[in-house]
Amino acid sequence: MLREGQVRIPSGCAISGIFSRSGQPIRGDRIIRSIAAMHDRSNGLGGGFAGYGIYPEFADCYAFHLFYDDEQAKAQCEALLERRFEIASMSKIPTRKQDNIHDAPLIWRYFVLPRKVPLEESELDEAEYVVRFVLRVNTTISGAYVFSSGKNMGVFKAVGFPEDVGQFYRLEEYQGYCWTAHGRYPTNTPGWWGGAHPFALLDCSVVHNGEISSYDANRRFIEMFGYACTLQTDTEAIAYILDYLVRRLGLTMGEAANVIAAPFWSTIDQLPPEEKARMTYLRNAFSSLLVTGPFSILVGFTGGLMALNDRLKLRSMVVGEKDDMVYIASEECAIRVIQPELDKLWAPKGGEAVLVTLDHQKGGGR
Amino acid sequence: MKRVYVNEKWCLGCHLCEYYCAFANSGKSSMVKALKDHKIAPRIRIEERNNISFAVSCRHCEDPLCVKGCISGALTIVDGAVHIDTDKCVGCCTCILLCPYGALSHSEAGAVQKCELCQKNEFGVPLCVQGCPNKAIVYEER
Amino acid sequence: MAVDFLYPPYEVIRNMDRCISCRACERQCANEVHKYDVDFGHMVSDESKCVNCHRCVSLCPTRALKIVKTDHTFKENANWTGKAITEVYRQAGTGGVLLSSMGNPEPYPIYWDKLLINASQVTNPSIDPLREPMETRTFLGKKPGKIVRDETGRLVPNLAPQLELSIPVMFSAMSYGSISYNAHASLARAAQALGIYYNTGEGGLHQDFYQYGPNTIVQVASGRFGVHKDYLNTAAAIEIKMGQGAKPGIGGHLPGLKVGPDISRTRMIPEGTDAISPAPHHDIYSIEDLRQLVFSLKEATNYQKPVIVKIAAVHNVAAIASGIARSGADIIAIDGYRGGTGAAPTRIRDNVGIPIELALAAVDQRLRDEGIRDQVSVVAAGSIRSSADLLKAIALGADAVYIGTAALLALGCHLCRSCQAGKCNWGIATQRPDLVRRLNPDIGVQRLVNLVTAWDHELKEMMGGMGINSIEALRGNRLMLRGIGLNQKELEILGVKYAGE
Repeated sequence: MLREGQVRIPSGCAISGIFSRSGQPIRGDRIIRSIAAMHDRSNGLGGGFAGYGIYPEFADCYAFHLFYDDEQAKAQCEALLERRFEIASMSKIPTRKQDNIHDAPLIWRYFVLPRKVPLEESELDEAEYVVRFVLRVNTTISGAYVFSSGKNMGVFKAVGFPEDVGQFYRLEEYQGYCWTAHGRYPTNTPGWWGGAHPFALLDCSVVHNGEISSYDANRRFIEMFGYACTLQTDTEAIAYILDYLVRRLGLTMGEAANVIAAPFWSTIDQLPPEEKARMTYLRNAFSSLLVTGPFSILVGFTGGLMALNDRLKLRSMVVGEKDDMVYIASEECAIRVIQPELDKLWAPKGGEAVLVTLDHQKGGGR
Repeated sequence: MKRVYVNEKWCLGCHLCEYYCAFANSGKSSMVKALKDHKIAPRIRIEERNNISFAVSCRHCEDPLCVKGCISGALTIVDGAVHIDTDKCVGCCTCILLCPYGALSHSEAGAVQKCELCQKNEFGVPLCVQGCPNKAIVYEER
Repeated sequence: MAVDFLYPPYEVIRNMDRCISCRACERQCANEVHKYDVDFGHMVSDESKCVNCHRCVSLCPTRALKIVKTDHTFKENANWTGKAITEVYRQAGTGGVLLSSMGNPEPYPIYWDKLLINASQVTNPSIDPLREPMETRTFLGKKPGKIVRDETGRLVPNLAPQLELSIPVMFSAMSYGSISYNAHASLARAAQALGIYYNTGEGGLHQDFYQYGPNTIVQVASGRFGVHKDYLNTAAAIEIKMGQGAKPGIGGHLPGLKVGPDISRTRMIPEGTDAISPAPHHDIYSIEDLRQLVFSLKEATNYQKPVIVKIAAVHNVAAIASGIARSGADIIAIDGYRGGTGAAPTRIRDNVGIPIELALAAVDQRLRDEGIRDQVSVVAAGSIRSSADLLKAIALGADAVYIGTAALLALGCHLCRSCQAGKCNWGIATQRPDLVRRLNPDIGVQRLVNLVTAWDHELKEMMGGMGINSIEALRGNRLMLRGIGLNQKELEILGVKYAGE
């Protein structure tokens, strides 16, 4: 059988997210309970989580999470890592034995800062320096895979049902202001740990439910800009698209949503002139990054969370609010199970981005 | 009222309208049966000289001289179209002499014949128009 | 000399039981094949003059006519075919270059027919274009690749001039001269009605058609016929014709016979003179010269019009396209070896150039490898025969296609490939007033609109089946294609997997 990345595997899925606008810490077991309610939307071939604000003690360091197939891959990767970065701390990521989680690779975590001299010599900005390192490890060091690389955030994923994955990673020991989770239902694969979701690059993480029909159009376009879609998953492509539009080009998350899930021309044509010109521009200038086919995605980033459906809303997604908390999930049950009383519950329209940010970040950031 | 109009600019002089007319008014089931080895006497005629050609058939005038001159009451206006009642026609040819377009002629059956817009035959709409390959003859309201 | 006698390749079969001697065939054949014989009292034909254009067959009211290939034959020979032998006789008799028209008819592979299209099942719903929006609107032109904001943070529109197409199809370059006034009128009016563009070709723009400027692409070819300031400024875009798929490496030929007063005025050349375009542009001997012409044209039009560079698909097409992309062109049009022409040397038409499918795939990939695919739009041309070919072209990486032959077929062309004779019975490839009159633009426009609209419907149906509801998500989406009957190298160049993979 071919491994993920050597073959393209369509999958259906469940997603869930929790966000505290006031930045209150939320324990990881809460998101586990939410995603567990949608057990039937996964098939045990992939589950994962992303938490934001979970590493306050190393908030300024990039937190690299890595899978290694063996010690040799680890040694090779660490050699490269040490040349490029100062390592503030490194350790195995704590796990607990789980009956349903098998074949775990070596799972390591490094808190790092770029080394000054190589960074300056590279003539890259810091973020690009980190991205290139991540892509280099993932494409050139066989058996090593960076699956999390942001600051004060972390991705935890494995082959298994998401609730088992959460237990495995002892998520109840972490607290953050934002969590996203993913349960996977791939159609045909033994599953590979790296292929589970979320997919993350720097602090931007994506969980996704759907199968996009524009995949190869998007992939072939985004690969022009140095990205390598090694996993052949939609999630990876969407993460790179967002990285390109937001970090590299400087669009806002909202504008990026207008590119990815652009309104239909029939809608654009009826907008007031200025808005019509803006939407036409975004759609035309970045037309190859329009994503079609069913998807619902949650995009986590520092200080914020964005939810977005495809233009036709071919995947379910509901949003609930209670006080400062925002809940977003594939199904309402995943929200009600952790927050039975809600102030507000609605299903966003296709292509309508739901963007939440920390209160103290309003008006700023992305 | 819809009439048959000709657009000389697009007429190719192929004469197919004449054959479609002859067939339409033959009462026969196929053009071959109607026209094979038969000299046709159509109610539409192509006029041509040098590079100019166009079809001529009854204009269904609003104030038709032929109807005015008909001595037997065979020619009448029905809903704007000039029709002929062959049972009443005595074959005096006054109408033929009066028509400034030469749109009436003798028929093989003895009476006078003229374009009746295929309203009396099985086609219902002018077959010359349908058979014209270049829309040089059209059937329309103007 | 008797050796020059060639038995006619076609025979006119007249069913005498059906023929009513209406003589429509006789009146409609510019080649004078048919005649009413008074002595016999029936129609006779001289098939040696027949070009098999089907005008008589189409107009015969009793279906008494058909044209068949003759069964007269040379002794069978897989190498020295009848065609090869007769061509030797013709050249031995005349000492001339063999002339042909329309596209390469030889049995080379047709890659469109070896590509299969995907559809959604289970994991991804297909979309019903009758019930959901399905978008085929396309913009052609350079994309900015970066954003600019004003002091208030609003996005500044930094797009180069674009062409907006309601359907990703345009009518390819066919000059006034090679085709008739009425054919041009039909194309111009249909382009306007459809919200697309037609292309003047290298014959200039007739004064009557300036009103269709917003839907017109004007061509600047090596002969510079009809090029002046108003011509450039009237158009929506300007195309520099470097080459043509039917005859890469040589320029256009319009015999003086066809250069009447109207064409003389439009082309700005004396009446009756041969309009022979130079093989190269004599101000373009290299890529840097092309850049100068691109920018000269942009200067002349105040940077308001996209500039298209059209090239024939030749061996090194990917590298050439990459050079063009860097030369300031907004759009590259690639014309494959099946592309049509009003006249070309037979040997060139049938032996020079490469298939558009391979050229398109190679160009698209090369531009992506170099990270410059977004700096130009790519238009594929050279025998797009159906909406399936159109869809496959876009999935291989084209932004839009040009159709020439298909458009002429819609106007009545029966592909008899005798354009060079100037006696087109369908009123298309002729300047004889009595023949030109046979193409009534009112009919022509409607048929062109019907054709493109039908293709658009089919395109939408197939896109919906794939779960794609916007054309940009199909562009370059090669996963939506699979190869059948192709070898590894062909799959590699086309960038597609084999069916079953």
